[in-house]
Amino acid sequence: MTNSRNIKSFFTALPKNIFSGFVVSLIALPLGIGLALASEVPPIAGIITAVIGGILVAILGGSNVTITGPGNGLVGVVAGAVLLYADQSGLTGSEALYQGYLIVLAAVICSGLLMLVLGFLRLGKLSNYFPSSAIQGMLAAIGLIILGKQFHIMMGNRISRNGSLEYLTEIPLTIIKSFSYSDTSLTFAMFSGIISLVIMVFYAKIRNKYLQLIPAPMWIVLLAIGFSYYYELVLQLPNPIHPDYMISGIPEAHEIIANIPTPNFKEVGTIGFWAVVLSLTLIASIESLLSIKAVDKLDPEKRRSNVNRDIKAIGFANIIAGFLGGLNVVTVIARSSVNVNNGASNRSSNFFHASFLVIFIVLFSAELTRIPLPALMAILVFTGWKLAHPSKLTDTFKIGKEQGFIFLTTLIVTISVGLIEGIVAGIIATGLIHLIINKSVMPFVRNILKPNVLMFKESDTNNYYVSVKNFCTFLNYTKLKRKLDTIPETEEAIIDFSLCDFVDHTVMENIADYKETFRKKGGNLEIIGLDLLDAGSRHPFGLRKLLPVKKVLESTGVLTNRQELIKNIAKELDYSYTVRKKIETEYLENFIYFKTKTINHTYNEIGKKDTVFKVFDVEFYEGEFIAKEVVRATMLYTELDHVLPMFSIHREGLLELMYHYAGFKDIKIEKEPVFSKKFYIKGENDFAIQQLITPELAQFLLNNPTFHIESNGKALLIFTKERLAGVNEIKKMKIFTNELKKIL
Amino acid sequence: MTHFGTILTGIAFSPNLKANVFETLRLGSFLNAKVILVHVGDKNDKKEQQISEYCNAFPEFKDQVSVIWKSGDPVKVITSACKEQQADLLILGAAKKEKTSKYYLGAVAKKIAKKAPCSLLLLIKPSIERIPCRHVVVNGLEHPKTNHTIQASFEFANALGSNKITIVEEISQSEVTIKVDDDKSLEKSTLLQKQILERETSRVSTILNEVDSSLKKDITIKSQGIFGTRGYSIGHYAKIKRADLLVMNKPEKSTFWDKIFPQDIDYILSELPTDVLIIH
Repeated sequence: MTNSRNIKSFFTALPKNIFSGFVVSLIALPLGIGLALASEVPPIAGIITAVIGGILVAILGGSNVTITGPGNGLVGVVAGAVLLYADQSGLTGSEALYQGYLIVLAAVICSGLLMLVLGFLRLGKLSNYFPSSAIQGMLAAIGLIILGKQFHIMMGNRISRNGSLEYLTEIPLTIIKSFSYSDTSLTFAMFSGIISLVIMVFYAKIRNKYLQLIPAPMWIVLLAIGFSYYYELVLQLPNPIHPDYMISGIPEAHEIIANIPTPNFKEVGTIGFWAVVLSLTLIASIESLLSIKAVDKLDPEKRRSNVNRDIKAIGFANIIAGFLGGLNVVTVIARSSVNVNNGASNRSSNFFHASFLVIFIVLFSAELTRIPLPALMAILVFTGWKLAHPSKLTDTFKIGKEQGFIFLTTLIVTISVGLIEGIVAGIIATGLIHLIINKSVMPFVRNILKPNVLMFKESDTNNYYVSVKNFCTFLNYTKLKRKLDTIPETEEAIIDFSLCDFVDHTVMENIADYKETFRKKGGNLEIIGLDLLDAGSRHPFGLRKLLPVKKVLESTGVLTNRQELIKNIAKELDYSYTVRKKIETEYLENFIYFKTKTINHTYNEIGKKDTVFKVFDVEFYEGEFIAKEVVRATMLYTELDHVLPMFSIHREGLLELMYHYAGFKDIKIEKEPVFSKKFYIKGENDFAIQQLITPELAQFLLNNPTFHIESNGKALLIFTKERLAGVNEIKKMKIFTNELKKIL
Repeated sequence: MTHFGTILTGIAFSPNLKANVFETLRLGSFLNAKVILVHVGDKNDKKEQQISEYCNAFPEFKDQVSVIWKSGDPVKVITSACKEQQADLLILGAAKKEKTSKYYLGAVAKKIAKKAPCSLLLLIKPSIERIPCRHVVVNGLEHPKTNHTIQASFEFANALGSNKITIVEEISQSEVTIKVDDDKSLEKSTLLQKQILERETSRVSTILNEVDSSLKKDITIKSQGIFGTRGYSIGHYAKIKRADLLVMNKPEKSTFWDKIFPQDIDYILSELPTDVLIIH
């Protein structure tokens, strides 16, 4: 019974998943080629990775809406290893690189085996043992490594240096040099890079539905191919971009199959080889786990991924990818979030993303050689910039100076020595800081092995109660995590730290994540017992104090023009006005509109005293990482005095990104054909909504077409555009709402 | 009816002496038991006088008190005194860690505790004034000794005038055979945990049925199942519930392995959450 229903729902969801798989493949194609090139391996290796990863993880994996393929994090390690083994091979040029590539394939296979073993030992959650600030530092370092190296190619100035640091320090030289290219073909190459970078940067800022139908990396590909054809067909001239800066050697499909490389295992007995394997495994698991965690938060159905099964699937995919000439398969955040935003509902979208890549290669592999290298590298430079954005450092410093220190230690050691050394340095730095803060090693030594977490379901209230004793840091966080994982997120739970002497930032950050998941699934997780630690600490930056709840910021007191005007409205209407950012936004989360979005805060709020009727600006984002788009909009929220069905109504074309509503069907209102044709009506309960739309309401909405209206059953959310509203618009919104409430 | 006919305690001349003696005598009078104070070391007049002064504070009870003076190795003296006097209950005081509010059993006391042939009461904060014992936490392990322990704790609670007893069933995490990986396994494991808890509750309620109803009438009884490490979880529970007394079974004879891996009771002895009564 349930099985047949499952199959049916799978097939009804198929079109959406095919569509989102298609959109993702548009990003995966340029990104896969770019990542492979940056890793010094044949460009097709990136596509092979995505295809193998997409197919195998879709079939065997345990997550729901993730996308797997080649990852950013591995570029540095793979490129380093390829170059090292290329040097040792005694050959030169592309021959040598190819030999290095064959050895790296063997390392990929070994790291796949290692991940498989980790998965079977249920140790997949390796990253739990790493302090968060160290992981952040490592990711930033990876970003800088990618950015540093690819920046030069983007500017049409290919250089070869030994260390990542040198690539970074030479960026100014490359910029200076770019003004004096004597060869115009290099200038053209540089322009293709810079234009692509501009596209990447500004794409997220322009909200236009036609522009956004195609992801930014695909725009770059299309423009580049169009440019090449323009020269060839219209101007009848050779492509002005230097041939060295064009993608070379994308084989045709039959050649790929005929020339599957054979991995070279001759280095398998050396320590260096296993250091590479270890780095690959470490980064592939950390990147995958972080991505899975982040994507679970975006999943509109709020499912929990089976992390261990995913790790096993990824490990297996690595082995196969290695044998077929691909790189490490990892779960990737940007592609996954695009997947969610385009309505994916299960793993089949990952499969379709792989299938579309195969189709692209079969049909268009020749066209891909028309893409200039700098344009592709611009995508990677942008990715690197996003990973290493200075705000990551300042955010970490805001949490605490010592966290900034851990971050910087990891970052510097990773860039100047290596990845494993970097993360080890991060762990040591964190440990030392904990010792310094506690002034003693004994509490840690004595209590590390003790089962410090007690959890039980209180028999009288049915609440879950979790008490943590002694200390709780990255060292023993898994003990707490194991308990927390067994609590259904729909329940009430309390974590009590009152018997705990020391809680570190890693734990606080992870608990904040749990808190969010509980809230989204309808449960509640509360933290108690920290006030005591706070008061008892004499350290100004004691970690025990660090609740990563964003500080509720007071504005500087100077109001902008718009704020003054809003304040005036509030005065006219005798409403209250608060400029302050509010992070209590739970009441917005159960609106359909916010299902796939994450709300940062609301601010500039005016509200009627006594009743719940308020207008505010809200800042939220959708997507993650390079697909992240921050939006600020003005909305009106009012509670209803009677229950309505859950619905969302807006006029066709009002919202730019209506496909984000995938998952809810458009409901036809038979008796109001004109209205039904002009408006999108979404909801879960067809009948109740059809009942709701009276001729009076339909006419009213037809007369006032600019509003988007949503009900979560108990309250209404009304706004006009996905942007901040002007003062007059706010007034109109208020009048409209009052009328609407009368009709409803 | 009472199991505790003879109470024995070791005394030494420390700042805690008065409180220790007072606690013992008070308990003796509550339980209507004979009290034997064992002093390890030479007898002298000054010490004798001091002890009889303390005993005089309990005028109706002082006839039941006897003092033994004996020198030698404290561990041997006390354990052999327990045997000779056929003591039912041995009281030991705990030490307090510096700067923290954690209590543990000192090395000598620990040795005595392991060798003692009778029940043990470990006191963390002996007090001259009486501090009422309100809430008693008892283990409800699935073990033949548990019946007796629960029975004894009801008698103890009645003698001390406690009004609440919580029976804690510690269930090893390994009984939950389903590992939580995703929503489905979470659902299954939640269901399994619920079934185990129901089974445990019904087991404990059959034990409770055997307890004489006159012992139960003034006491609120609660049963709480906990998934966690045996011996440790119950201490943690007693601490967060601010229990006044924790009652536990005496562990089995320790084997070679137990010396390497901490045993249930070792967790409690190295960090006493509250006063602990170990029933022999």
